[in-house]
Amino acid sequence: MHLSPEEWTAIWLSLRIAIVATMASLPFGVLTAYALARWNFPGKTLFNGLVHLPLVMPPVVTGFILLILFGRRGVFGPFLASIGIVLSFRWTGAALACAVMGFPLMVRAMRLSFEGIDRRLEFASSSLGAGRLWTFALITLPLAAPGIIVGSILGFARALGEFGATITFVSNIPGETQTISAAIYSFTQAPGGDAGALRLTIVSIVIALVALIASEIIQRWAEKRVASFE
Amino acid sequence: MIEVDVGLDLGTFKLDVAFGNGRGITALFGPSGCGKSLTLGLIAGLSRPTRGAIILDGQALVDVEKGVFLPPYKRRIGLVFQDSYLFPHLSVRHNLLYGRWFAPPGRKEIEFDAVIETLGIDKLLGRRPARLSGGERQRVGIGRALLSCPRLLLFDEPLAALDMSRKLEIMPLIERIRDDFKVPIVYVSHAIEEVVRLADRVVVLQSGKVKVIGSPNEVFGADVSAVDDRFERSSALTVTVGGADAAYGLTELVHPAGTIWMVGPAGAPGRPIRILVKATDVILATAPPPETSIRNVLMGAVRSIHAVGPLAMVDIALDGAEHLAAVATRHAVDKLELRPGSRVFALIKATAIDERMAAASS
Repeated sequence: MHLSPEEWTAIWLSLRIAIVATMASLPFGVLTAYALARWNFPGKTLFNGLVHLPLVMPPVVTGFILLILFGRRGVFGPFLASIGIVLSFRWTGAALACAVMGFPLMVRAMRLSFEGIDRRLEFASSSLGAGRLWTFALITLPLAAPGIIVGSILGFARALGEFGATITFVSNIPGETQTISAAIYSFTQAPGGDAGALRLTIVSIVIALVALIASEIIQRWAEKRVASFE
Repeated sequence: MIEVDVGLDLGTFKLDVAFGNGRGITALFGPSGCGKSLTLGLIAGLSRPTRGAIILDGQALVDVEKGVFLPPYKRRIGLVFQDSYLFPHLSVRHNLLYGRWFAPPGRKEIEFDAVIETLGIDKLLGRRPARLSGGERQRVGIGRALLSCPRLLLFDEPLAALDMSRKLEIMPLIERIRDDFKVPIVYVSHAIEEVVRLADRVVVLQSGKVKVIGSPNEVFGADVSAVDDRFERSSALTVTVGGADAAYGLTELVHPAGTIWMVGPAGAPGRPIRILVKATDVILATAPPPETSIRNVLMGAVRSIHAVGPLAMVDIALDGAEHLAAVATRHAVDKLELRPGSRVFALIKATAIDERMAAASS
């Protein structure tokens, strides 16, 4: 199977966007999941709803909201541009769209794993002299690792497949914002593009399979590490 | 040295306790729901009291009136849980060293090697908690708490999840921790055998209130006659080891009120030990018993009789010293015409005394 330079560009761009989107949202995902699992604060239900909104809204709507907020003439756009961050019609904007779309999936998996940790382990840790941050770093985080990994993979997979929000927010510019999904869409819109669409489809399937298998292996390893009983 | 004087109002349940401990083991004893684990949680910092203060070595851990609350990680109080709660992702060695790492540099008096040796866990160091048996897990749990060099150790029903032979393995270890490492211990349990064997001081809790505080002998003498559950009524007797009957495998225990034969060896003659006699194992007679299989007869006088439904809780002042709690039917008490002051022969089956729970008496 021979891939054209344009197709390679789309593949590398997709991977880069998905990886950056996952990495950048990881700390926020962990914090949000922990807050939802452990803290009670006013407006928690509303906050939970906001986090999950991209999961239930049409992606195009999410993309359009991003455009309103972060577009060149959007709410935060001019300010961000003044400090050198331009998101609209850039690959960074695609990463933002993918991060937002993958965030609810990521948080759900992580929240479950935080909720599954016996709090008495954390209490044992603090009785041994470890403050909150130490307990979080040494006990909570490692025990939640399987869920954090699963959440990250889910977020990554969602980012790879993101189409609607991305194309609405940053359009479909080859070499800048054209991901695999967008490239497949372009191929199907042009006469004689079926072969290219098929090639990229096969690439998508391979990437998805590799990610799934890798997550399975990592998760199994992580679960073994934190298992209480064997 | 800890001084506890706190109240906690949970709406449906009100806790109000005051006690102190010195050296050795202080047991919080009572039926489930009496507030003993809640009290432990207040000492450890798991929850906040609504009234009062807890002072450890002169430092206020919590003082509601002064607005002081020290978070658990600053209290330096070691906890041993029923289910040990070892960190599953760390090896036994790292579990043991966890608290030590956080202990203040000048306060690491307790030596790693000494603890490993005492607890007999040197072969487990490389393993993961998942690969330990229940007894091993509890040893490591005790070691982990001890190695954080705490000012106080709290045990929350540490033996409740173990079978009898594991219990008998762990109990001497707890005694050695008290004696060798000199860490004061507050020990929560609803098992009277453990308390009689281990405790220097017993705080009996009932419905969130302290009912009585004293040595096991004082507490499990007749002073707890208000325990209306006949199976919970027991007496701790202090006896001296007398001769042994090697041929029959028995030991003679001397009490001013009579002689008790106990199964098995009990150490050197002259050694004082504490035994536990359950009220339901005591038979009362008004005349010297004829030939029966019962070997043990203690003499005394009825001090009080307290009727509970069809039962009569009989409190006997033994000749010489101490009290013995007995329970009989009201019918039997009336037939024997027992009343305060009556002379009685208290018969105890030799086999009913658990020699494994006999403790050295201080």
